[in-house]
Amino acid sequence: MVPMSSAAEESNRAMLRARDAMDRGYAAPLDVPTLAGIAHTSEAHFIRTFKATFGETPHRYLQRRRIERAMFLLRATDTSVTDICMEVGFTSLGTFGRTFADIVGESPTRFRARGPIPDAPTCFVKAWTRPSSFGEAS
Amino acid sequence: MFNAISRSQLFVLDQDEALEFYVGKLGLEVATDQDLGFMRWLTVRVPGDPVREILLEKPGAPVMDEATAQQVRELLTKGAVAGAIFLTTDDARSTFETLRDRGVEITDEPTERPYGIDFGIRDPFGNAVRIGQMFDAGQG
Repeated sequence: MVPMSSAAEESNRAMLRARDAMDRGYAAPLDVPTLAGIAHTSEAHFIRTFKATFGETPHRYLQRRRIERAMFLLRATDTSVTDICMEVGFTSLGTFGRTFADIVGESPTRFRARGPIPDAPTCFVKAWTRPSSFGEAS
Repeated sequence: MFNAISRSQLFVLDQDEALEFYVGKLGLEVATDQDLGFMRWLTVRVPGDPVREILLEKPGAPVMDEATAQQVRELLTKGAVAGAIFLTTDDARSTFETLRDRGVEITDEPTERPYGIDFGIRDPFGNAVRIGQMFDAGQG
């Protein structure tokens, strides 16, 4: 392949490939060595470059992805809060509840009480229902 | 007033590489490939669909200045350009296996949704393409 793109574009694209890998396996523990390999960068560079590219560390991105999936499961299924906690990759119910409340602004149970969410293509639901940041969600 | 949504557009970094992907791997066909002098007008379509075409466009002058084109390319490769295309298929799982075996990057695997079975792929440039087998026949 003739390299038609700049170093920044190649780096972005490689970071996107790593981020896609995180999205595919969001419930699994963050695996920096593997992700750095996908992104063709060193482990030390990976976290810094991910943050420079996407505006947050891989760890924070993954937490928001897990909470977003939990938000969806809470309102679209009857799965118990405990099972959702495990399903999205948290190992402690206490940590899950605290992280959820920090990001979303209310407990998983209160959030579930908002009721079902409307149907929309998955990619848009995933993108637009993701909480913006910690403590800012309305 | 209108008959159809006809042409949509995706930004790409390189039009030959775009052809290798959209025609070579996804099996679309070239609708028009013409050197207009100021640009290469390159569109693809689903074989058998004469109405809907996708323009594969390189960001650059004279439409935009180089600094802007660079911004577009950086956004594109971050996956932030909202150029998601949704293609329908009669068989999501079989299409998924074919594309996966051709080395296409899969973002998520076929999963049943309320509206159908769909999966996501990423093109070489960062565009998201979703592929779905819809339950409602009217959405094909």
